[in-house]
Amino acid sequence: MAVTAAATATRLQGGIFTLMVVKVADPYDPILERELGEQVAMSPTFFAQAPVVLDLKDSLSCTAAADFTALKEMLARHQLVVVGVQNASALQLRAAQAAALPALKSANGNARRPTPERVAPPRPRLVMQPVRSGTQIYAKGTDLIVVAPVSAGAEVIADGHIHVYGPLRGRAIAGAAGDQSARIFTQRLEAELVSIAGRYLVSDAIAPELMQQPAQVALIDDHLTILPGWSSSPGAS
Amino acid sequence: MAKVIVVTSGKGGVGKTTTAAAVATGLAMRGHKTVVIDFDVGLRNLDLVMGCERRVVFDFINVINGDANLQQALIRDKRIDKLYIFPTSQTRDKEALKREGVDRVMNELRKDFEYVVCDSPAGIEHGAMTALYHADSAIIVTNPEVSSVRDSDRIIGMLASKSRRAEKREKPVEEHLLLTRYAPGRVKKGEMLSVDDVKEILSVPLLGIIPESETVLKASNTGVPVILDPESPAGRAYDDAVARFAGEQREMRFVLPERRSFLRGWFGRAAS
Repeated sequence: MAVTAAATATRLQGGIFTLMVVKVADPYDPILERELGEQVAMSPTFFAQAPVVLDLKDSLSCTAAADFTALKEMLARHQLVVVGVQNASALQLRAAQAAALPALKSANGNARRPTPERVAPPRPRLVMQPVRSGTQIYAKGTDLIVVAPVSAGAEVIADGHIHVYGPLRGRAIAGAAGDQSARIFTQRLEAELVSIAGRYLVSDAIAPELMQQPAQVALIDDHLTILPGWSSSPGAS
Repeated sequence: MAKVIVVTSGKGGVGKTTTAAAVATGLAMRGHKTVVIDFDVGLRNLDLVMGCERRVVFDFINVINGDANLQQALIRDKRIDKLYIFPTSQTRDKEALKREGVDRVMNELRKDFEYVVCDSPAGIEHGAMTALYHADSAIIVTNPEVSSVRDSDRIIGMLASKSRRAEKREKPVEEHLLLTRYAPGRVKKGEMLSVDDVKEILSVPLLGIIPESETVLKASNTGVPVILDPESPAGRAYDDAVARFAGEQREMRFVLPERRSFLRGWFGRAAS
């Protein structure tokens, strides 16, 4: 049985472990304890303080926190440590959580309520109103699409790409979290500043013939490059 | 249902008070009971422009603090029936515009009037934010000049984020652009932004174009809203703007340099 945790930060990393699963039907069934006792007695070193998961697939009881506390105590008598539950119904899950037992998702696909395998990528942030001077919009972790002008003195920022379907007169900062493949697209480049992954150009440093027309901004060979129009770029993947 | 109109710009000296006086007068002339409020606490000017400075006893701040009631503070215009002026204090500052007090006064005014015209102070600080907070509609006064346009843009952003309508997620504040101190001759020479330039940058519907005119200065010095001067091009342009605000269709005037000006100048010289 594999358990995975999604990595969210460098200190918090995913890991895969093998755990034993105890199938529970009736938590107070004496046969359950007797069978467990016999199995543990056969290889006591293997089972000593081993973490186990309670599988509630065949159980209709276990709906109170006290049921889980009883199960924990019973398993502790046989040197087993309960670390979580799987295949719990909503009611069972609430009781398990009250007894400090988290729900674990089975990786071998026999879960009662299958969870979608793929998480949809974050949707781009869509802005339909003009971005006025003095306003700042940040599309965290995603792309930004502006279907209106971005005024001088306004700032549009995205961790992904920035698309401006209108004149871009303010500042545009794409790949704000460091993504060097992020790009800026605009129907009319009049920007005060464009930046990708920390590299920037102020309007003074942009060739005048590239201004006032459709353009895209990309980081190519570590150089912030302005490409006229929508053409695919030299050196782009 | 009363409509609260804020006259705002961000930048100072572009013609907010002149516009507030003209618009309020124009609406009252059309038979709507209208009050114009001065939010520029500490720089009391509206009463001068409206020519009622010698009749001010109590002011906006007195009413906010409960020292006087509305009836005591409102000044009835002597020229136009249904027009009232609500002056502000010259001795206090913007911090005197306390939120609850202003809310209460605005609610009372909404009950009594068809239009409440708020003359905003310049800037984007407390005074200007308080003036625009209650707005249902905004007249954004802009000069054809880049810094004024940028400040207007900033204020339009504030209307969309800091107004009561924005906070309560109601229908957004209606925006109207009023281009003032417009000199078509200088636009032609490339010294001034054109109407199209400003419209392009701000993307707000144009309510009117007020030509640069000496009559505006004269009007404000004599305390007669310029809209009451039928000889003044600016006055006529304000009348057009108010008519459009009320829903009438009127063609934009004063966009191109006046053709007769050459002849008039010539005759003027000949006569002198």
